[in-house]
Order: sequence, then C-alpha cells, then structure tokens
Amino acid sequence: MASPPLLAITDLRKTVPTDRLLFEDVSLQLERGELVAIMGESGVGKSTLLNIVAGLERADSGTVTLDGTDLALLDEDGRAALRRRQIGFVFQAFHILPHLTLGQNVALPLALLRTSPAEASARARDLLTSVGLPGRSDDYPNQLSGGELQRVAIARAIAHRPTLILADEPTGNLDPETAVRVLGLLIAQMRDAKAGAVLVTHSEVAAASADRILRLTSTGLVPA
Amino acid sequence: MSAWRASIVPRWMFIGEWRAHPVRILTAVVAIAVGVALGFAVHLVNASALDRFVRGLATVNGGADLRIEAAGPGGFSEQLYPRVSRLPGIASASPVIVLRARIDGREIDLLGLDALRVASATPRLLPRPTTAGGAMAVLDPRSVFLSPAALAERHVGETASLVVDGRPQVFTIAGTLPGVSDRALGAIDIASAQDRFGRLGRIDRIDLRLATGADPDKLRAAIASILPADAVIASPTDDGNRADALSRAYRVNLEMLALVALLTGSFLVYSAQSLSITRRRSHFALLRVMGASRRMVLGQLMAEGLILGFVGSAIGVAGGAALAFGVLRLIGGDLGSGTFATGGTPPLQFDGFAALGFAVLGIVAALIGSLLPARDAVRVMPAVALKNSGDAIDPRRRPSVAMALLLAFVGAGFAFLPAVGGIALFGYGAVGLLLAAGIAAMPWLARTLLAPLARRSFASPVVTLAIDRLWGAPSQAAVALSGTVASVGLMIAMAVMVTSFRVSVDEWLGQILSADLYITADNGTPFDPAAQMRLRAVPEVARILFGTQHPMKLVADRPSLTLVVRDSAAEALPKLGRAAAARPGTLGVQISEPAARLYGLSPGSKLTLPLGARSIRATVTSVYRDYARQEGAVMIDAGQYLSLTGDAARGEAAVDLVPGADAAATMSALRRALPRAISDEVQILPTRALKARALAIFDRSFAITYGLELVAILVGLAGVAATSSAQTIARTREFGMLRHLGVTRRQIVAMLGVEGALLGLIGATRAWCWDAASRRS
Repeated sequence: MASPPLLAITDLRKTVPTDRLLFEDVSLQLERGELVAIMGESGVGKSTLLNIVAGLERADSGTVTLDGTDLALLDEDGRAALRRRQIGFVFQAFHILPHLTLGQNVALPLALLRTSPAEASARARDLLTSVGLPGRSDDYPNQLSGGELQRVAIARAIAHRPTLILADEPTGNLDPETAVRVLGLLIAQMRDAKAGAVLVTHSEVAAASADRILRLTSTGLVPA
Repeated sequence: MSAWRASIVPRWMFIGEWRAHPVRILTAVVAIAVGVALGFAVHLVNASALDRFVRGLATVNGGADLRIEAAGPGGFSEQLYPRVSRLPGIASASPVIVLRARIDGREIDLLGLDALRVASATPRLLPRPTTAGGAMAVLDPRSVFLSPAALAERHVGETASLVVDGRPQVFTIAGTLPGVSDRALGAIDIASAQDRFGRLGRIDRIDLRLATGADPDKLRAAIASILPADAVIASPTDDGNRADALSRAYRVNLEMLALVALLTGSFLVYSAQSLSITRRRSHFALLRVMGASRRMVLGQLMAEGLILGFVGSAIGVAGGAALAFGVLRLIGGDLGSGTFATGGTPPLQFDGFAALGFAVLGIVAALIGSLLPARDAVRVMPAVALKNSGDAIDPRRRPSVAMALLLAFVGAGFAFLPAVGGIALFGYGAVGLLLAAGIAAMPWLARTLLAPLARRSFASPVVTLAIDRLWGAPSQAAVALSGTVASVGLMIAMAVMVTSFRVSVDEWLGQILSADLYITADNGTPFDPAAQMRLRAVPEVARILFGTQHPMKLVADRPSLTLVVRDSAAEALPKLGRAAAARPGTLGVQISEPAARLYGLSPGSKLTLPLGARSIRATVTSVYRDYARQEGAVMIDAGQYLSLTGDAARGEAAVDLVPGADAAATMSALRRALPRAISDEVQILPTRALKARALAIFDRSFAITYGLELVAILVGLAGVAATSSAQTIARTREFGMLRHLGVTRRQIVAMLGVEGALLGLIGATRAWCWDAASRRS
C-alpha cells in the first residue's frame, strides 16, 4: 500500500480582500524527498499559496494536509506548532536576525522547540560547516555576503529536521553563479533530510533543478 | 507558553536588542528610575518627618495610655482630676499644664507637672535634679528642668527668663529631662505654673496610666460620662491620626506630583517600545512564521517591559532612598506644608513596604507603556510584515477617536466622584485618563489639523514632504510626542492652577488685610486690657481692632480647628453663599470654608463649642473664605467671647491710621506704648509686608511642586530627543530614496524641522485642550 503524500493540496480557492479571485482549483501532491518548483506571473499568488500551505493564511475553500494533518482543523496556535515542528522556510530577503550570531540564527528553530542550548549550538555548528561556513558560529550577519547569508538561512531551515521546506524566491537576491551554488546546497540538504520542498521562483534556471515544474494560474496549477 | 519560557529565544531577543541599542533601553530605564526615585524620596521624607513629629508628640505627651485634654482655650477645671483618678482601672493619673514659652528668643513647650504623679503615670517626663539642687528641687516653684534640646547653650544652675503670654518669669535651671531627647521641652512644678502664669484652678491635661487588664474602651466610656464640655479624651492613636490628618492632603498631593515623572516615564517607555517594535517588526514576523504563537511574542515584549521596569525600579528605589537622605540632611523634613518645620534633621525611616509599592508602580508603568506597542506587534500578519520589512503604514486608514472619547468620558466621570478617605483618588484617576485620552487622540488630531494643509500644494517640496509624511503616518505623532505632551500638559495645568490659586490668595489677602498696620505677638496673648488701652491711646491710631486665636478640639482624632476671636467679627470677611440667622438661644458664629467641608456644616447648622468650661450651643450664620487655616476656623465676636470666658487678653491687632499719619512713626509709637517685657515679642508690620510674607509662604509651599514638574518635563524632553532620533534612524531608507531622487541633505534636515514644528503645534493644541479639561477635574 502506497504511503500517503507528504503534502496534499486539494481544490484550493483564494480571493483577495477586494473580492478579486486570485486562484482556484489548485491541487498538488508532494512526496517526501521531492522538489516541486512553482512558477507564474507576478501577482498570481505564488507567495500566497506558500503562506496557505504554511498555515499563515487561510484559503476560501479546499484542503491542505501536511503529513496527514488537515490544517483547517487546527487553530492558530495549532498551526504555529505545526510550523515549529515540521516546516522550514527560506526567504528571498534571507531574514537573518542582525543582532544574533550566525549560530544563534541557525539554532532559532531548535530554541523554539525547547531543545537544550548545548544540543542546539552543536547542531548549528555542524550545519554551518555543512553549508560551507565552518567555525563561524560566533560571527554576526553583517560580516557575511548575500550568498553566505542565504546559506545560513538554508541551515536554519533544516536545523529542526522539518518534513517540508518552503522556499520563496531563495535565489532572487543572488547573482547567477551564487544562485546555482545556493540552490544546489538547498537541494542537497533537502534530500539529506528526506524532506519535501516547494520552491517558488521566477528563475527558469532555478526551476530546472526541480523534480517537477508547475505553473500557477488563476485556474490552477498546471505543468510548465 | 511553558515552551517559550524554557526557550532561550526571549533571552536572545532581549540581549540582542540591548546590544544593538543600549542608549534607547537605558533612556527608558532611567525614565522609570527617575519617576520611582522622586516618588519614593518624597514619600520617605514625608514619612520620616511625620514619624519624628508623632514621636515628638508622644514625647510631649509622656507616653500615657490615655489623656484628657482641654477642648478649648483656658483648659478645664482641676476638679476633674480627683474624680478621674478614682475611677476603677486607673493605675495613676498626672495633672499637667501645657504652655508655650520663649527662652532666649526660642520657643519651647513648657509643662507644669506634679512630680509625685508623673513618676508613675508618665515616667518619661520625670525631671532629674542635679546633685546640688537635691531631689526637692522638683517641688521648688523657682525650678525649671530643660530637655537637652531646650538647654542649648545654657547650663544647669543658671537662671533663665521664661516668657508665657507676654509674662516673663525668672527660673533657675535645676536639672534636665533625660527622657526627652528630641524635643525642646521644659518642666516646672504644676502649682508654680498655675500661680506664676495665671492658671489657678485650671489644668490642660490629665495623663492616665491604665491598670493591668483594664479595658480601655470601658474606661473611655466611664471617663466620658463625667467629662465636662471643655475636655476631650485622646489616645496615642488619636495623636497619630491627628498628625497624619494635619498634612495628609499636602503629602499625598506632593507624592502624586512626584509620580508625574513616573507617568512621563511610562509614556517614554511607550515611545521607546513602539519604535523598537517597529524596527523589529520583521524579526517578530519571522518568529511567528517559524512557529512562535501570538501569545509567545506578546509575552516576549511584555517580558522586555518587565525587565525595563524591574531594573528601573530597583535603581529608582535605591536612588530615592539616597535622595531622601540628602534632602533630610540639607533641608529637613518639611517640603513646604509648614507642618513639620520644627527644625532639626529627622532620621530617615526606610519603609520596606513603600519601597516595594513604588517598585511595583515602576514595573506597572513600564508594563503599561509596553502593552499597546506589544499588542500592535502581534496583530500584524506575519507574512505581510515579512514582505514589507519596515513601515506598515496604511494612509487610507482614518485614525479612530473612539478610544480617546471613551477614556475622556470615563475620566470626566471620575472627576465628579467624591474623595476617598479625604484623598482625591478619583481626581488623580481622572487626570491620568484625560491624559491618556489626549495621547490616544493625537493621531486623529494630527490628521484633522493637517487635513487642510494636506489638500493644498506648496511651492516648497520640503513643506509638502513634511505634511504628507505626518498626514500619512499620524500615529507616529503620538509615539514621538507622548512623553513631552504628558509632562508639558501636566506642567501647564499645574502652573495654571497654582497661578490661579495665587491670584485668589492675593485677592483674598487684599480683602482681609484692609487695615494699615498689623500687630502680632510671637507667642500667646500678651495684650492685656491695659496694654490694649495704651495702644488705643496712640494719637496716630484712628481705630484698632483686637483679636486672638486659640486651638479648639471638636473631635479627638482630628487636628484642632482655630477659634478666631475678633472685634467687629462681622466686618469685612469675604463670605460665601447665603447667610442665616442664629437660632434663638444660640451663639451666632461664622465658620471658614475648610471647616464647613471638614465638618459638614453650612449656614443654619448647629454645633457645640467648648467655651469657658461650658458647652455653648451655636449656629453657623455664614461661611467665609479662609486660605490660611486648612484645618478650619470658627470666628466669634470678641465681646461675646469675653462674656462667655472672661478672657480679655488678645494676641493681635489691626490698626487704621488717621489720615496723613506716618506709618513708620506710628509703628515706633505703638512699640513704645507696649510694656517693655513684651515689646520684643511683638511684630508690627505694614499691610504690604504682611501680605508679602503670606505670599512668600505660599510660594515656598509650591516651590517643591515646581521642582518636581521641572524634572517631569526634563524626562519628557529626554524622551522626545530619544524617540525623534530613533524615528529618524528608522527612516534611513526613506532618506536614501529621497537623496536618490535629488533631495539635498539640507532639504531633508529642513523637512525634519518642519515635521518637528508641526508636531509641536499638534502637541501644544492637545496640551491646551487637556489643560482646560483637567482643571475641572
């Protein structure tokens, strides 16, 4: 018997506050270890789709199930708990906290999960090494380049061993060469953690790394 | 929530913020510390002074279990003493005469004691004769025993002149009062006091020591059943209550004023936290995205406020104690009320409960200042906040004035509620609520005042940018100005109230000080009928009206009010409201406005006055304005007083000169007309000098008020500087963009200047409105 998908999105519909339809009939199934890239025009709702999957926004109708849990059945605290345990995020703008060290930034998800400081620090050090920043646990973000910061963000995204990684334009602020390296790192870490990942991107080059490329339109997700 | 508390994330967030912006955090901490320090220091100084005052009273009262005291002038019959001392439950009773004397120009309390009784009833007052005088010196009518404070430069064995009611009597200093350490007190034989100072047949007090196991309440009832009209029962508790009531209103008002600095600090914390949270909006959004709940983030921000409050309060309590110590050493315990101006340095009485109370106030102030910004922070959708990563302003949103109206409505309601225990608690609450209403209305006020300007176009892009910025982000006005508006608004209100009060006092002085000259005795009633005739006979005197004042107890645990005796009492008093005729068979009296409020009296009310060993039934005929006697006064005609009491001695006089008389020459003539013995004990002042002295006392009373207000304003201004700089730094990207568009540095500075000027105008408008509203409360 086939195991259920990691992420199952069924007939999702979303309108914006002015009652304009953003998208409808959006469905997707994602397996563990699979990377799906979602492309589309600006304003079509790619980031909104990610926010719905993360439980940060609610769809008008449809279901989102993560690892067997229907998000609609969870209250706000429940969705927050789900994000803490099972979802990792990589953002276009990195969002590395400037007043924390690199080690603290990476360990942030573990700290939210009440992991002991020693264990969290050790994991952060290992992850920073694995993303090519060995021994820099005590450095501050202002000492790093954009590419290095995104590597820190990737390390943070997988620190708590999430089952799902959501990456919103992770290479949007990077030069092409760095973008390729960072993307490769993300995919490697994702596969290593046996997590599934949804990658929202404008970049054809970035999308090409994915197992599937889909295009979001107002009438649903279609193969690109 | 427990996961959050156990998590190290809150600590990281706070330590990171501290490391990045230590000055801002320090400013907020200092604001709380200053507020707590001022409030605590004022409280400690007042408490220390009050404690010393009460101890002093206890010293003078000898530590008796119960006392019978004279209700009015002239004491009560000594026949009461044997009747009281025979009551079951009384172990010993000591009769006392209480006088106010001058020795070497200094005032002291002088007690006439029965040495044989005082040893058992109030041993603290027991005189200690020198070896030379022997034990019998205590019964010698020429002996006086002085406490160390009364002794001053004198020595045992010397003779000294004691002046009571203008009557000098020579005594030999025969020993000391070792049980009296901190009060200038003298003791003579009671028979000598009666004989030499005209108190035959009268005593002022009976000190009682209760037998072991005696029921104080039953004893009080037994004593009350035999008590004449001119005596009341008092206890040490009554002394404490009386002393407390004497200055409670002034002390509480002063402490409330001191807390204005804390209130300003709270607004400063609000400003600091608002800016900090705005700057960290994306950080908190990230945490929310990563799975921190709203409650977790709210808890984090409130915890930061708690830390600010805790640290600020700890520093404030320590600083307040140090400040109180310094104030007590430098200026003593009287902060302007005059009640505790007895000289000397009261020891600091550290009050742990008060310290805890003020610390809690500081923490609460910081928490209140953090609450609104924290609530706003968790309301923002994290996904939106992450994308915007900076200002989340929506210029389309019209600022709401609903909260401001609600606060103003509740505040206005509070203003009409009565005092609680004599303290205007609801009044203070009204002030705070109206202040909060003003701050809450700032965004709406800013948008409303700027709307006409926003619709216009200006030639200067600087002005246009400034107006558009403020119009589009009116809530920033509240954040920037809240601290200053709070303190300046309060300062304006206080200054207006004090100035109005001073003008009223000035006008009132003009009404009551209608004579050309005034004669006052420093001590007692030295103008006997002979002296009065000599003064009347001075050729330059057209008319002279004599009067006197005596304390009068109507209720044992309340401060005495003043019985004012005056020739032609009905004349020239600024009366309030209607008048009433005296009921048949009663004495018509006028009462002061404070007496009317304190005792619930009005024209037509009946009251009983202890006068001349009798209870005299009286009717209030009118209420008059009196700013001089806060505990109340009852005024009767001198002729009626003389017929009721036989007391013809007077302590003051108002002199009208014949037209063309020279005031200085008349003052000399009046002084020459006085007996030599009292000539130096008397002050003769022109009206202008007396009025100036009265106003100087008024100004001194409020000097500390102005000092406290100044501190509050400084805290507010520090807040404006801190928040303005923080807002400017937060707009770095906006300025960078403007520079890219071609706006020069000078134009950006000018834009900030225009914004500041407009914010100041908005703040001033709000402060003016608040002042008008708060004066009513």
